[in-house]
Amino acid sequence: MTREAVSAAKPAVRVQAKTGKVHGAASAAVLKGLVYGAAMLTFAVLLFLLGYILVTGIPHLKPSLFQWNYTSENVSMMPAILTTVETTALALLLAVPLGLFTAVYLNEYAKRGNKLVNVIRITTETLSGIPSIVYGLFGMLFFVTRLHWGYSLLAGAMTLAIMILPLIMRTAEEALMAVPDSYREGSFGLGAGRLRTIFRIVLPAAGPGILSGVILGIGRIVGETAALIFTAGTMAQIPGLFQSGRTLAIHMYVLSGEALHMNEANATAVVLLLVVLLMNTLSALAAKKLTKK
Amino acid sequence: MKNFRENLMHMVFFLCALTSIFAVVLICIFLFANGVPAMKEIGLLDFLTGAKWKPGNDIYGILPMILGSLYITAGAIVIGVPIGLLTAVFMAFYCPKKLYGLLKPCTELLAGIPSIVYGFFGMVIIVPAVRAVAGVFGADISGSSILAASILLGIMILPTIIGVSEAALRAVPMSYYEGAVAMGARHERAIFTVMVPAAKSGVLAGIVLGIGRAIGETMAVIMVAGNQPRLTGSMLKGIRTMTANIVLEMGYATGLHREALIATGVVLFVFILLINLAFSVLKRRKEA
Repeated sequence: MTREAVSAAKPAVRVQAKTGKVHGAASAAVLKGLVYGAAMLTFAVLLFLLGYILVTGIPHLKPSLFQWNYTSENVSMMPAILTTVETTALALLLAVPLGLFTAVYLNEYAKRGNKLVNVIRITTETLSGIPSIVYGLFGMLFFVTRLHWGYSLLAGAMTLAIMILPLIMRTAEEALMAVPDSYREGSFGLGAGRLRTIFRIVLPAAGPGILSGVILGIGRIVGETAALIFTAGTMAQIPGLFQSGRTLAIHMYVLSGEALHMNEANATAVVLLLVVLLMNTLSALAAKKLTKK
Repeated sequence: MKNFRENLMHMVFFLCALTSIFAVVLICIFLFANGVPAMKEIGLLDFLTGAKWKPGNDIYGILPMILGSLYITAGAIVIGVPIGLLTAVFMAFYCPKKLYGLLKPCTELLAGIPSIVYGFFGMVIIVPAVRAVAGVFGADISGSSILAASILLGIMILPTIIGVSEAALRAVPMSYYEGAVAMGARHERAIFTVMVPAAKSGVLAGIVLGIGRAIGETMAVIMVAGNQPRLTGSMLKGIRTMTANIVLEMGYATGLHREALIATGVVLFVFILLINLAFSVLKRRKEA
């Protein structure tokens, strides 16, 4: 019986409920009410949150908030937007090749049951469980202090690259696993080497899945705060590699700490939410493209 | 030549694969090397069980923060787990297929919303709501409290709980359900006495993952928890978590104070490692 059949079978079960003991019928109804109630509560909270942020924030999205320069009178978010773009690009530049190549190694090269592979998997799992504040501490101790980079774009981006590495790796690995072995066999059969098979056959076929992971990673970078405060700092400027800059999320944190700028914080929340919504949609579209193939 | 290129890239892939090991080792070294000396200087026992955090007087006890993290996490679990689990049951067994196509992305969106946005929402909605409700009962409080933080974190861990629990419920063979219904069980009874218990270890893994999320959450908690470093048993009073302690004071801390904050991070890190360990044990058991 499929799951759809279960849903369809419910009326029959309900008929049975009428003839059953009253006690059983009552507890079943209570349980059913709880299930529906919880689901409605979950989605109502989501709707309320989105609705509240958008409805109260959009009126505060003024053109002046997108001016090039940040001043204490006009807390423009434009420098923060550009910093976010820079940070994201830098972090991806490091995390995507590393994550992708790790996935290639695990899926295409490593022998099954290899001890080292297990260690890699465990450490990756560990990395994905570490909270962002701990990444922030590490970034501060290593990049900012030990390597003497100071609060800088580079330190922030490197910290974030390590943070999204497990995400990129896992999604890339899943995408590679989904490529049928017959593709590889066909390529080898035609005389292609391992490298050519990977770059010409396997990676293009896994492309949408990999992309979907990368986009999810962008979403996490855009929303990240705790890992950046003590690595990239909070300066409101368009930073060079070794200068401090604040991303949108940090910008919003700083603003919401000042009672004066609640409206601007709210407007920033709208921009953040829209970016995250866009990223989620793009990621889902990319993933869909993969399953269609 | 071709062979050389093949071998070279094999090496490159291999080295990349080592990054995650390298990263974990590096993180451990730097955290412990910078945090442990402070623990020694303060005294491990004094540091972990000291009830007073007064950096001005060089008194560093993080018991209030440890308990703060634990209280708020427990509160988030109490609120998030029942709702999340029931929602997972809905998604797996009740949701019509068409609606599912709409709701599933919604749970993913819930996971994608930045914690700073959650925090803002908590600050402008949940905190005033807690204050207003407490006001009805005659309590005059600010609203920034364990309760507000628990509610907010309860919402924030929902997508984790829902996602993992739903996957676990779907992994239970349908024949279990059919068998229960064939024995005369109702839809609800079949689900709650057969399917949910069968998915137990998966659901538990989801809860553990949720605990990890909750205990490590920083920015959202700072904005709603009040952040007073004190021991309190009252749900309506403010409290400070370990994560908040680091962010709030790191900006200006120097010397032993700074090291004590890093040591707070080390304690948090150890908590997380233990939670990770519990998670992987549960996951293995599920697979076995």
